[in-house]
Amino acid sequence: MNRYSAFGLLRGALNGQKHWQPAWRDPEPKAHYDIVIIGGGGHGLATAYYLAKVHGLKNIAVLEKGWIGGGNTGRNTTIVRSNYRQKPLHDLFEFGLKLWHNLSDELNYNVMFSPRGAMFLGHSDADMVKLAERGDAMRCDGIDADLMTRDEVAKLEPLLDMSRSARFPIEGGLIQRRGGTARHDAVAWGYARGADSFGVDIIQKCEVTGFVRDGDAVVGVETTRGRIGAGRVGICVAGHSGHVAGLAGLKLPVESQTLQAMVTEGVKPMINSVIMSQSLHCYISQSDKGGIVFGGDPDNWPSYAQRGHPMVMEGAIAQGLALVPALSRLRMVRTWSGVTDMSFDGAPIIGETPVRNLYLNGGWCYGGFKATPASGWTYAHTLATGSPHALNAPFALERFMRGATIDETGTGPMPNSR
Amino acid sequence: MMLINCPHCGPRAQSEFVYERTVDSVAPAGASNDEAMQILFTRSNPRGVDDEIWRHTFGCRAWMVVTRHRVTNEISQVRAVGPEALP
Repeated sequence: MNRYSAFGLLRGALNGQKHWQPAWRDPEPKAHYDIVIIGGGGHGLATAYYLAKVHGLKNIAVLEKGWIGGGNTGRNTTIVRSNYRQKPLHDLFEFGLKLWHNLSDELNYNVMFSPRGAMFLGHSDADMVKLAERGDAMRCDGIDADLMTRDEVAKLEPLLDMSRSARFPIEGGLIQRRGGTARHDAVAWGYARGADSFGVDIIQKCEVTGFVRDGDAVVGVETTRGRIGAGRVGICVAGHSGHVAGLAGLKLPVESQTLQAMVTEGVKPMINSVIMSQSLHCYISQSDKGGIVFGGDPDNWPSYAQRGHPMVMEGAIAQGLALVPALSRLRMVRTWSGVTDMSFDGAPIIGETPVRNLYLNGGWCYGGFKATPASGWTYAHTLATGSPHALNAPFALERFMRGATIDETGTGPMPNSR
Repeated sequence: MMLINCPHCGPRAQSEFVYERTVDSVAPAGASNDEAMQILFTRSNPRGVDDEIWRHTFGCRAWMVVTRHRVTNEISQVRAVGPEALP
């Protein structure tokens, strides 16, 4: 792999930048791989990267039906944080957050991680009590969390409507200063380039259409580019987990829903942190290009459409404008939506399935992007060793049958009540 | 937004309706614990047509079964149901 560096750019300047090479190969699929990962998003590519780097495996393929990073990796709001109340969740996301802080160096690829602070707003006394409790739970596990007064919130984000007559009055907040945003595409491309340099075959335009079974085990996949044998197969297609697992005859605790996000025209810096409100479910940040990125609730009914409904968008916009009235002057330039795996407790599923040699990574609901490094790391461990890493053991598929759900929002076992 | 043809009120905007769950996720009264768990906690979640229970919450408040395609959003059938009609 050609290492990227400032020196290389300078040298390239002298010879017309002719030294650039494709960042990854475009190989033909082989007849057999030790591990086949279905899904070339950030999670799948990160899994392949850590399988090769940490576990020393060489014969790995990532199969992608479209182009890499074209699913939810390219359809999120790029927020990175680990401020969860439940221990299994904040442990997993914190492990990921630590990887995020070093990811550009690790991959020799600028993922533009920007730890500008991720702040939850509190709108009432009850909200502040919940935020304090969440912050305490995080600090007990060594994760940074600072409760903020009303004045501190106003100082950090001067454009918030802090008036007492505001539609959503602000009483304070909870900030995780190490949280922030990153560049979504660069995460997929950086992991792809890294994995490719270890010999991982990244095979695009290759849709899995079925599984090859030998008794109770999966021994390969049928694809639009022919049959590919596999020692172990890892599903990593969040959004479409239900569909792909269905090809293996599995029914998952997952319902696919659409989640929308949108971005305005670029403006000078006006939002300094990532502003989130869990009472409203609205999140606002400003991209490095200047656009105000925001999103809201999923469309609360099942859909694989990858396009959302204006009535849900309107709800998110109404919340955003109530919090930051100045946004009303901006023009919306783009909206998009992704298909999310809404799991039945709001937590992801990483681990084995009832089918031998078939593993599942999915159920990320609307929070998968921030987990990309941690998801890849733990899934790679699971695929390499056949048993879960301590961090993803609580996220086993069979937890639903044991009643051991990880219900962060406490809204019960219905995806559309989340 | 989808236009849902309520069996009682005629075509109405989707914003008047609330999605509840799929028809196959309603456990019959005599189901064993294992069956009930499977029915309540898993979904076939097809990338195609499924039968869904919706409620005309901001209209006549009646429940109905909507047969809808999950990619195109095409609604092929809406039929009225009562509690006794659920499986």
